[in-house]
Amino acid sequence: MVSSYRLLFRCVLVMLALLLALPVLTVLFSWAQWNGASANILAEMSATVLPDYVGTSLLLCVLVSVGVVSMGTVSAAAVTLFDFPMRRSLEWALLLPLAMPAYVVAYAYTDYLQFSGPLQTALRSAFGLEGRVFPEVRNVWGAACVFTLALYPYVYLLARTALSERANHLMEAARLLGAPLSRRILRVALPLARPAIAAGTALALMETLADFGVSSYFGIQTFTAGIYKAWLVMDNRIAAAQLATLLLVVVVVLLAAEQRAQSRLRFASARVDRHGSESQPMRLHGLAAVLAWVLCVLPVLCGFVLPVLFMLRALLQGDGMVALPWARFVQWSITSLSLGGITALLAVSAALLLAAQARLQPSWLTRQVKGVVSLGYAVPGAVIVVGLLLPVGWVQATWPQSGVGYWLTATVLGLVWAYLVRFVAVALQSVQSGYARVPTSLDDSARMLGTSGLSLVRRVHWPLLKKPLAAAGLLVLVDVMKELPATLVLRPFNTDTLAVMAYQLARDERLGEAALPSLALVLVGLLPVILLSKTLRRG
Amino acid sequence: MRCTFQILSLALASVLAPAARADDAVINLYSARHYPTDEALYSDFTKATGIKINRVDSDDAGIIARLKAEGSASPADVILLVDAARLWKGEVDGMFLPVKSKTLENAIPSQLRSKPADDGSTAWFGLSTRARVVVYDKLKVKREDVDTYEELADPKNKGKLCIRSGSHPYNLSLFGAMTEHLGPTATEAWLKGMVDNMAHAPKGGDTDQIKAVASGECGIAVTNTYYLARLMRSTNPADKAVTERVGVVFPNQQSWGTHVNVAGGAVARYSKNQANAVKFLEYLVSPEAQNHFANGNNEWPVVKGLKLDNPALKAMTGGNFKSELVPISAVGMNQIKVQQMLDRVGFK
Repeated sequence: MVSSYRLLFRCVLVMLALLLALPVLTVLFSWAQWNGASANILAEMSATVLPDYVGTSLLLCVLVSVGVVSMGTVSAAAVTLFDFPMRRSLEWALLLPLAMPAYVVAYAYTDYLQFSGPLQTALRSAFGLEGRVFPEVRNVWGAACVFTLALYPYVYLLARTALSERANHLMEAARLLGAPLSRRILRVALPLARPAIAAGTALALMETLADFGVSSYFGIQTFTAGIYKAWLVMDNRIAAAQLATLLLVVVVVLLAAEQRAQSRLRFASARVDRHGSESQPMRLHGLAAVLAWVLCVLPVLCGFVLPVLFMLRALLQGDGMVALPWARFVQWSITSLSLGGITALLAVSAALLLAAQARLQPSWLTRQVKGVVSLGYAVPGAVIVVGLLLPVGWVQATWPQSGVGYWLTATVLGLVWAYLVRFVAVALQSVQSGYARVPTSLDDSARMLGTSGLSLVRRVHWPLLKKPLAAAGLLVLVDVMKELPATLVLRPFNTDTLAVMAYQLARDERLGEAALPSLALVLVGLLPVILLSKTLRRG
Repeated sequence: MRCTFQILSLALASVLAPAARADDAVINLYSARHYPTDEALYSDFTKATGIKINRVDSDDAGIIARLKAEGSASPADVILLVDAARLWKGEVDGMFLPVKSKTLENAIPSQLRSKPADDGSTAWFGLSTRARVVVYDKLKVKREDVDTYEELADPKNKGKLCIRSGSHPYNLSLFGAMTEHLGPTATEAWLKGMVDNMAHAPKGGDTDQIKAVASGECGIAVTNTYYLARLMRSTNPADKAVTERVGVVFPNQQSWGTHVNVAGGAVARYSKNQANAVKFLEYLVSPEAQNHFANGNNEWPVVKGLKLDNPALKAMTGGNFKSELVPISAVGMNQIKVQQMLDRVGFK
């Protein structure tokens, strides 16, 4: 009985992996289609622009990791380890930037801060200045700031969960043993949060590498910009896919490093702090409280409040406004939410399946499957689209009667598939870092008591994983709502989303009008973010 | 929880239901036009003919990738693209079904539609045009220093030029046409000259460049006409101020004429509603629709002899201008070559 279960489990796993890996495999397969044209393009590019692209992407990654690690960890530590005025509100407010797509943050800041923007213009006329008052926003440094502000919540979210579960308890113990505060933070709290910080940073970096919206608007030449150029301008999908493979190699290295960091951590204790345990966060007074408050308010201010204000300003100052069909905002919001909801459910199920399998029957197969599935997140959305459309096109051409090509785009199947390829990794990161905190000794005890397999997952893991699972689902929901390239190409007729509308208006250089769907997107995105925060607090 | 489930299943049902397939009163439209003012264009067609339009708006490359994958199962009937080189590419890749229509052939000048096949059918039809012009700071730049494209690369304009990314389709088409006029070697030198003249590395869109000129950040910029016309017609005082500071030049009036790009449409290769698809394209060259292109999105109609009542376009040209005559297929074929030149000279 058990073995047939296992076989079934394994089959499902392999099918799932194939489905999710197909676009990535298509990308890898591009090397088998090596031909003169693509070789020529790659040779030209590596002689001219490629080194520059690599350099820019590396610099961007370094800056973004420094940014998200410091911003995410500091704010997470502040709200979990200490108590200061407004801590409760800041705890959830720090998640608000999650609802902001990075490209929207980029538009908002540029519009306000650029040379011809209102701030510099006002300063110039007020003080009779000439020329540039501020440094240019649209460069690598500006992009790093935008990504940091838009992506630090990944680190914050995962680190906060890790810390809130037991850090106070252990900090208390360390205090009783006479460890000073700095030592308690560095030696006790941070190591606890390390897997979570690593997971969050990996997510942020993958998102950065896959980005095209911000980098194309800022005119910075990243590796992904090169991939787009090879595909769109050179019209050579093979060269584009080959470049994308190189990106994948970087991600594999990144993920391997993260795995190594995590594998050295084992949590032996089964104790998980329950809410309201005897150990309380340390109350801060005076300057320390102000400092903590400032450190937590800054990310919210710069990542959410200011961009929203800039957009509101653009909206109110905009001319006449194209008559936007207000009633359809409701329809767009519902489409955004339902696409996100469906994907979130499926992604979390898939992630749980994978993580549980990896936990219960760790094997070469599960490790590879997990690895391949994680890659999708770092692949630019447009590459996923091509990777998905190519094999489908081939099947359609070979068996025209199958109508695969029709079902892929006339229904949401293709779109949800593309979402899953990209975002199962997000769910997996969250579920895995949840699993990392469930001691393996619990599994051993359960097995000794005669529970194993699915029932072990259901009776032991499920109750302990509820939080990370809910967090995973909500993260995917928000991510799907912000997603652009796949939504743009694969959605069925007459199914516009808020993100698509915002993009279409921005593409038409109507930033004032684009502010409206962008704000609606942020507003609708707040719903899952608030739920997320509540889930985490309820425990 | 049950409520959530119900909402989800409802949502699933609503998004899973595929669009109608072959149906008399429907056309399925893939459009790369990103102009929100087009809504009226579609609803007027439905009002006039009773034919419903199912629509997906995407970008040119996305539409072509999607059509390729869908193959013979594609539900698309009509495809609208917004760049000459992409139209040419769609034709070369066999995405379009060449059709015969006297209405379209009579209305559209031959250089603004694809070359007819042996049987007289045409793959795609230009529907509206836009010129790529130069704007300059009236306080700092003399008009005669920027009245040709060649002068954009002249050392006298050093440090003044602002332009969006060279890889953007609008620029690629302009540079592709220049390659026809100047030849590849001189074009590469011209591109290099522009790089040397840039006030800063390319970033932002055309509107950003116009505003940058108005604020004194740059002296010269390159833009599509409809972005400028939109600012000219804006009621926002800030936009008004922008257009008062900048002057506009339609370059090369004394030589080969100003570069003009074309937005157009075609019947999809595997259309199941061909008759309606042609009907829609014919509607797009009707006086009402053409006037809509002119007024809604400030483009020039392709149909000659229409009375144009767009004050901004009129103010810009002073009536008429000379546009270049370069075969669109040549512009399309030059695209890769142009991108490689851009990479060599460091034009981002």
